Amino acid sequence: MFAYYFQLGLRSLRRNPLLTALMVMAIGFGVAASMITYSVFRATANNPIPQKSDQLYAVQIANWKPEDLDKSEPPDALTYTDAVALMQAHRARRQTALYPVGPSVVPADASQLPFRETTYAWYGDAFAMFDIPFLYGGAWSAAEDGAHAPVAVLGKALNDKLFNGANSVGKTINLDGHDYRVTGVIDTWNPQPMFFDASNTQGFGDPAELFIPFTRAIDQQMGGAGNFNCSATPGSGWEARLRSECIWIAFWAELPSAAEAAGYKRFLRGYAAEQQHAGRFNWAPNVRLRNVTQWLDFEKVVPPESKISLLVSLGFLLICLVNTIGLLLAKFMRRAPEIGVRRALGASRKTIYAQFLVEAGAVGLAGGVLGLLLTGLGVLGVGLVFDPQIARLATLDFSLMGLTLLVATLATVLAAFYPTWRAAQVQPAWQLKSN
Amino acid sequence: MQIKPILAALKRHKAGTVLIALQIALTLAIVCNALFIIQQRVSKLVRPTGVAESEVLTVQNSWVGADDATAASRTKTDLLALRGMPGVRDASFSNSYPLRGGGMSLGVKTDPDVKKPITGATIYYSDDHSIDALGAKLIAGRNFLPQEIRWVGSNEFDAPAQVIISKALAHKVYPDGSALGKPIYLALGETGGKPSTVVGIVERLQVPWSGNWASNFVEYSVLVPYQSTGAFGSYIIRAKPGQLDALTKAVPALLFKTNRMRVIPAERGVRTFAQVRDEAYKSDRGMAILMGVVCAVLLAITAAGIVGLTSFWVGQRRKQIGVRRALGATKHDILSYFLTENLLIGAGGVIVGAALAIGMNLWLVSHFEMERLSLLYVVVGVVALLLLGQGAVLAPAMKASRVPPVEATRSV
Repeated sequence: MFAYYFQLGLRSLRRNPLLTALMVMAIGFGVAASMITYSVFRATANNPIPQKSDQLYAVQIANWKPEDLDKSEPPDALTYTDAVALMQAHRARRQTALYPVGPSVVPADASQLPFRETTYAWYGDAFAMFDIPFLYGGAWSAAEDGAHAPVAVLGKALNDKLFNGANSVGKTINLDGHDYRVTGVIDTWNPQPMFFDASNTQGFGDPAELFIPFTRAIDQQMGGAGNFNCSATPGSGWEARLRSECIWIAFWAELPSAAEAAGYKRFLRGYAAEQQHAGRFNWAPNVRLRNVTQWLDFEKVVPPESKISLLVSLGFLLICLVNTIGLLLAKFMRRAPEIGVRRALGASRKTIYAQFLVEAGAVGLAGGVLGLLLTGLGVLGVGLVFDPQIARLATLDFSLMGLTLLVATLATVLAAFYPTWRAAQVQPAWQLKSN
Repeated sequence: MQIKPILAALKRHKAGTVLIALQIALTLAIVCNALFIIQQRVSKLVRPTGVAESEVLTVQNSWVGADDATAASRTKTDLLALRGMPGVRDASFSNSYPLRGGGMSLGVKTDPDVKKPITGATIYYSDDHSIDALGAKLIAGRNFLPQEIRWVGSNEFDAPAQVIISKALAHKVYPDGSALGKPIYLALGETGGKPSTVVGIVERLQVPWSGNWASNFVEYSVLVPYQSTGAFGSYIIRAKPGQLDALTKAVPALLFKTNRMRVIPAERGVRTFAQVRDEAYKSDRGMAILMGVVCAVLLAITAAGIVGLTSFWVGQRRKQIGVRRALGATKHDILSYFLTENLLIGAGGVIVGAALAIGMNLWLVSHFEMERLSLLYVVVGVVALLLLGQGAVLAPAMKASRVPPVEATRSV
């Protein structure tokens, strides 16, 4: 019966090609707009480390006076003083302070120009904390962190560039004229959004290709390649920078259980209270411990453009569906005489329902196919609307294709319920009489 | 035209009436807000920067393995080479420039004893060539003198004796227009500090940031007579007329010839000011385009929906129209019947739609730091949708008016 109804549906759609085209286009445009904006939203609202997002916590400590805070939220980074104090306390299972740095890589081959990669200065623990896969070697040791050792871990792309992808563990690279020994090469690792440095990247940027010990970067007086925010002018020189109340360092703690997280929060409050007693803070302890998803939410990595355009597109789809309800109603009611004949010949209401819902489903499917084409085009054009760093994450994969067809068909069938109900209410006698 | 019979007829088509009205209402709500978003974004991206945009090239430079002394001497060598290049009108070196994206800001005060600055302002490291290289216009006072320029480390900031500020900032801190020759204090949350005398005022110079958060100090700029010895910085190069294109290739070539221990990023390293502007406002422009497309398609679909449903109604009522015509109604009567019917439905739709538009805007305001919708947009939207409805109904209504009276005598 399904195949027969489908055929009937196609025949009826061919009868008013204009009306059919109108419905298919409305659904196609509505679904495509929603899917294009959804693809962007999906990319920006992604959980970059699902297996650990509730075990990794970003730390915030209010080191500025309450009137300098935005809605009494502590700043989204730490001072050098606090980051080092938390590292030394070592109260989490693993922890790392980190900040982006900008050393230049000087190739051994003098004919090649120096270049720069996205580089982070952090502690050896970070690799295990963030589940970073290694191709060769491994992280540097805690002893090397303590010794401010000139060691480095390379990203896969950088290792390909410098060593043609060979195992480079033990070899040296030159950063800003200083030699660093390679302890490991990581496999491709590019969490999006870049949760570990959401405050500088706003979540999206080029993948990190080079990592050096935090302690070494501080020794080398590597200024940050990121934000440096102050509530008072820091004074002159590197030492003043380290002593200042300016914030520029992120701090992450790995706390596998809720109990450990609660314990760490108590520790942070205690630390802030100590600072208050010591006279550094003249206000009550104000600290935050946010896991990855809470952190991304706090840093607003989903751009408002993405949310607004998704909402507007959903509204657009809704209008397209209201439009489709109206057109289907017109289309079905025009066939009242035909329905009357079928009913008089013994068709039940149920079969009328089935016939018209299948017909609507066919319209929906056609709309979905058009929507798929438009979504494909739209995803290519996302770069015109959104930041290229975000646009390249929006892709038309199989799940999005399936979703497009599903949403189109389902929405149309839903929209068809009322017109179908009306069609099924047609009184056979009345229709036959007037004929 | 009598409205009563129309209302009576509409009662028999409740579903269709409600659907058209609902569609008009939702369309109005979205179109009003989309147009408002477009207007806000466009007004942002047409803001002038105060830079001679068609003549400026920017180059982001960082030195490799240079300490403060060598970085300063290398930068000086670069500047001499750039200024001597054919096709270059002037060149300067700075920490940032308008619309660059990243930069430095400090608070500005006129009273050293208060803690809270009057406003934030951006700090541009400059020398006596900067104003000419940017193409900014000095409208009062003087430029920096060569002997006033100091080379300072990247971790140092100490208020300079002289500053040049933008006109907007001058009016903000000295509203009576007397800023020239007066002191300002560059600081953050602390009291005290050294005064900096305003020696010059430029007509306009935008801050490096294009985000909404910077919109309350978008033209508050301070030029300080400092050059940074740090490894990072940008060259601002002003081309002679017609020379910009040639310089985009020639400048990096010359810089690498002068000294190759430098990094000029492959992406975004060398940009004309047109590219700078393009990239700074990419998402604003994109949002405006997206909303424009949504509006256009939405209006088209709504119009098509009205055409579709009204055609259906006309088809259904051929017999009644025939009867009316036979009883003496003119073509014009039939035409105006359908136009009035549509106007009534449209009126219902836009009343609900106006409320929805305002509600949607209030929701956006509370969630996305948007501004309140100006009522003008609602009025324009209402008129546009009513006209759209009338336009859409015209073709089916004309068709209805051509139904011959003889139709009354036919059964179905």
